[in-house]
Amino acid sequence: MSDAPRAIVAAHGDLAEGLVSAVSRVAGAAAAARLTPFSNATLGGAELVDALKQALVSTGARVVFTDLPAGSCTIAARRIAREVPGLVVVCGANLPMLLSYVLAPSVGPETIHTAVAKGQAAICIAEEGGRAD
Amino acid sequence: MPIEVYRIDDRLVHGQVVVGWGQPLELRFLVLVDDQVAESAWEQDLYRMGVPPEMTVHFESVASVLGRLDGYRRLPEPGMLLTGSTAAMRALVEGGASMTRINVGGLHHRAGRSPHLRYVFLDSAEEADLRAIGARGVEVSAQDVPGAVPVPLAELLVRSGG
Repeated sequence: MSDAPRAIVAAHGDLAEGLVSAVSRVAGAAAAARLTPFSNATLGGAELVDALKQALVSTGARVVFTDLPAGSCTIAARRIAREVPGLVVVCGANLPMLLSYVLAPSVGPETIHTAVAKGQAAICIAEEGGRAD
Repeated sequence: MPIEVYRIDDRLVHGQVVVGWGQPLELRFLVLVDDQVAESAWEQDLYRMGVPPEMTVHFESVASVLGRLDGYRRLPEPGMLLTGSTAAMRALVEGGASMTRINVGGLHHRAGRSPHLRYVFLDSAEEADLRAIGARGVEVSAQDVPGAVPVPLAELLVRSGG
């Protein structure tokens, strides 16, 4: 397995599929292939942990991006992180964050921190809704 | 202010609870009733870290909450009581915790359970628990989020398919 960044994107409903699809459109299929979408749909707490563990093993990923800090995906990932040294869990994933991550040349702590910074920096009010006369 | 919602949800604290119900009802506390979580500081930290700062989580076992329920009901702001299983909620009801309505918010797929709704899968013991709760005059319905139409117990039990 190469040292290219790999990660699971774990989120509610179809959000993870959508985010990975968007990464593919912006950065290409090869970059998007570094991300594996994971949905919490229909799974209870214990089953989520098992399914997410399986996804981590099958992909070799050591990073999980989730959507909500209080969400079941985050809870499941943090449970696994207790058993898996080195597993990184990042909450509040967005497209700029994921793009930064998959386009990094190699994986490392700075890759994660840069991606989080990019994701945070992209959140803004682009227009206040005021109207110029 | 009463406890606004008594909910059975095998995910315990998660997005639907904190955001889906928490924001529109302006919930300010959760009473998480789970014997295992009540004994584990690590489990409690895990759930506490996920909730917004304006929301407090109280951790109780089935036995301990029975003596403290009235105190939670007298808190000045609204809250939710959560169990992760039908058995725990049944134990509360049979232990004397008065409640008029119970929300089945999520019992998800696992071996031995049959699908009733997309978010409700039940085995025979869980069906019996819900029937026993309903037989005590408590209104039981399934509803994952506030905007969904509640499905009454009688209808829930005859429905099939996730």
